[in-house]
Amino acid sequence: MKKRNALTAAALAASLVMLAGCGSGGSDADAGDGNTLTWWHNSNSEPGKGYYEEVAADFEADHPGVTIEVSALQHEDMLTKLDASFQTGDTPDVYMERGGGELVAHVEAGLVQDLSAPAADAISTLGGNVTGWQVDGKTYALPFSLGVAGFWYNTALFEKAGITETPTTMTELYTVIDKLKAADIVPISVGAGDKWPAAHYWYFLALRSCSQDVLTDAVSSKDFSDECFVEAGEQLKTLVDAEPFNPGYLATVAQAGPSSASGLLVTEQVAMELAGHWEPGVMQGLTEDHEGLGDKTGWFSFPAVEGGEGDPAAQLGGGDAWACSVTAPEICSEFVSYLVSDTVQKGFAENGMGLPTNPAATSSVADPAIADLLAVRDEAPYVQLYFDTLFGENVGGAMNDAIALMFAGKASAQDIVDQTQAAADNE
Amino acid sequence: MSDNAQTPPGLRKPQAGGQVRGRRALTNAWRQRLEIIFFVAPALVLFAIFVVAPVLQAAHYSLFRWNGLGPMDNFVGLANYSRALQDTIFTGAVMHNLIIIVLSILIQLPLGLGIALLLNRDIWGRAIMRVIIFVPYVLAEVVAGVVWALLLQPNGAIDAMLGAIGLGGATQLWLGDPDIALLTVMVVLTWKYLGLAIILFLAGLQGVPAELSEAAQIDGASWWATQRRITIPLLGPTIRTWGFLSMVGALQLFDMVWILTKGGPANSTMTMATYLINQGTERSQYGYASAVAVLLFGISFVLAMLYQLLVLRRDIDSGAGPLPIKKVKR
Repeated sequence: MKKRNALTAAALAASLVMLAGCGSGGSDADAGDGNTLTWWHNSNSEPGKGYYEEVAADFEADHPGVTIEVSALQHEDMLTKLDASFQTGDTPDVYMERGGGELVAHVEAGLVQDLSAPAADAISTLGGNVTGWQVDGKTYALPFSLGVAGFWYNTALFEKAGITETPTTMTELYTVIDKLKAADIVPISVGAGDKWPAAHYWYFLALRSCSQDVLTDAVSSKDFSDECFVEAGEQLKTLVDAEPFNPGYLATVAQAGPSSASGLLVTEQVAMELAGHWEPGVMQGLTEDHEGLGDKTGWFSFPAVEGGEGDPAAQLGGGDAWACSVTAPEICSEFVSYLVSDTVQKGFAENGMGLPTNPAATSSVADPAIADLLAVRDEAPYVQLYFDTLFGENVGGAMNDAIALMFAGKASAQDIVDQTQAAADNE
Repeated sequence: MSDNAQTPPGLRKPQAGGQVRGRRALTNAWRQRLEIIFFVAPALVLFAIFVVAPVLQAAHYSLFRWNGLGPMDNFVGLANYSRALQDTIFTGAVMHNLIIIVLSILIQLPLGLGIALLLNRDIWGRAIMRVIIFVPYVLAEVVAGVVWALLLQPNGAIDAMLGAIGLGGATQLWLGDPDIALLTVMVVLTWKYLGLAIILFLAGLQGVPAELSEAAQIDGASWWATQRRITIPLLGPTIRTWGFLSMVGALQLFDMVWILTKGGPANSTMTMATYLINQGTERSQYGYASAVAVLLFGISFVLAMLYQLLVLRRDIDSGAGPLPIKKVKR
C-alpha cells in the first residue's frame, strides 16, 4: 500500500514537471523596450475608434521611436479584462480609472503611477475635475470625461399633465408626481433590479441633506454617524411611499431592452428617470431610428431638500480618467497629458464622445443636451463622485444593497447607515 | 486509490494480502502497478490541478481579508466564516436552497412519476408527448432563463395570456414581488427539470419486468394497485438516484436564478451560489467569498453523505437495481 502511494506520487511529480515545462518560457516577452505603450480604451465604435487611432498616430509622429499599441475593447469586456490584469500584474500601460474606492485599492496594491509631478501642467489645466482621482493629495489619473446625473424627462408628457415648470424642491417634485398620476401617467422608472439606479436617489438625498464637510469627512474617516445620512434615508422612504415608480420596479433593470428603466422612458411609458449623462446615448441605442426621445428630451437637476445642509447646486457624477500602470515606461505620463490636452479634448468633444474636462474644449461640444449638462456641471460648486464608486465595491455594494432593500420596503433609514458602516468597519 | 480498486480486465490480480512470493509474481505485480499508474496518472494530474488545488486554494484564501489585489497579508483566521454564518442574507440563501430541495421533491416527484406511468402505457401520441416533455431540459439554461424573464416581466406575455382568458386579476409582479419571486423561480425550475425526472423514470420502468404486472393483473389487481404495489417499489432505486441528482442540482443552483432575478428582489431568491458570486466578483471580497465557497462545499458534502447513508445505502448493499445509471460508490 505504502509503496503504491509512493509510486503514484512519483508519477504525479513526473507529470507535473512535464506540464510545468510546457508552461514556462513565455513570460517577460512583452516587457517592452521603454518605448512601446499599450493602451486600452472602450471607444470601440466610430467615430471614437478612428479618432483615437489618429490621436495615437499623431503622438507617434511627434515622438519618433515611440509605438502605441491601441486596443479598442467593448466596455464590459474591458472591465473584466482589466480586473484580471490587475490580479495577474500584467496591466496595460495606459488604461481607464473610474476613481474613488477602486483607485484607492489599486493605489494601495501599488499598481498605478503617481502622476502629480510628471503631469503637473495637465493637472492644473483640468483644475477641480481631477479631485475624484486623487488619493492623499496625489493625482493618479487624468479625467477625460466627467458627467453628472439628474432627471431626464419627456417634455410632451409633462405638458400633457399640465406641468409648466420643472421642480426645484422635493415638495415641487411631489406636486409633479401627483399631476402625472392624475393624468394617468407613471411618473418615474427606476431599475432597482440593478440596485445602483435606486441607490442614486439616496446618494442625491444625502448630497442635499449633508454639508460638503460631512461628506468629505465620511470619505476619509468612513464614519457615517452624522444624522444627515439617516435623514437622507427618511427622505427616500417618503419618496418610495408616494409610489411614483413603474410597476415591478424591484425587478426592472437599468438599460437593457424595452422593459428596462431607460426603455420605459424612451417608449413613453413613464415621464422621467433619474440617470447619468449617458442616458441620451442609451435611449438612442434603444430606438430603431437612433433618435431616442429626440426633441422631447428634457433634463432637470435633482431638487433641493428643504432644510437640508447640502448645496442644491452641487451635483452627483462620475467619469473616466487615463492612468499609467506602475510598470509603464516613462513616456506614459506625457501620453496621458496629451490625451487631455486642448487639441485632443476638442476633437473628443466634436465627436460627441463624452463631456470634456478641459475647459478649452467646452465650446466644441455639438450636442445641445450634452452642452446643457456641461454648463450645469461647470457651474456646480462641487461634483460629488457616485458613492458606490467613491467608497469602492465593498462598502458601495453594501450601501446599494441596503438602499435597494428600502425600495422593497425591507430596510429602514437607520438600516442603510448601519449596513454601510458595518461594511466599512470590515475593510 | 484504495486497495479494493477493481482489477482491470486482462490483468492478474495480485496475490492475497499483497504478499508476493517469487520473482515472476513480483514482476507481474510491479508491471500491473506501473500500468495502472501510467494510465491513471494523466487524469489524476489534471484532477489535482483543476479540482483539488483550487479547493485547497479557496480554503487558504478563506482565512484572509483580501480584495483580490496585491499581496494576501491580512490573516483573519476564521473571522470570514463567523461573519458568513451571522449574515442573514447568507443564512437566508441556505434556507432558499433547502426550500428548493424540498419543493423539488414534493412537486417534481409525484408529477414526474404520474406522467411517466401514463407515458409508459400504450396511449396514442406517446412518442410525441415524450419529446415535448423533454424539450425544456434540452434547451440551454441561459436561453430558457432569458425567455422566461421576458415572459414574466410586468405586462409581459404571461400577464397578457392571463388577461386573454379572463384572469386579468391574477396577474402578479412575478419576479418583482419578494413574496412570490422564489415560487416563480420554482415554477420555471420545475418546467425545466421535469423532463429529466420523467425520462429517468421511463428508463427505470423499462427494467420493471412485464411478467410481474401481468401476473398481478391475472390475479385481479387494478392498474393502480399494480403500480402502487409492484411498479413504484421496483422503481425505487431510480427514484432515489433522481432524488440525489435533484438535491445536488438544487444545492448548486445558480444560472437560472442569476438570469431571472440575480437573487433579488430584496434577496428573496438568493441562493448560496448567487451569494458567493455576488460577494466575490461583484464586491471584490475574495477572502470572504472563498469562505462562503468552502461552506457551500461543506454543506453539499454533508447532505450528499447523509443521503448516501440514509437513502442510497440499500441500493448499494442490495446490488444493482434495474437502473442503467451507475450509482455513486461509497
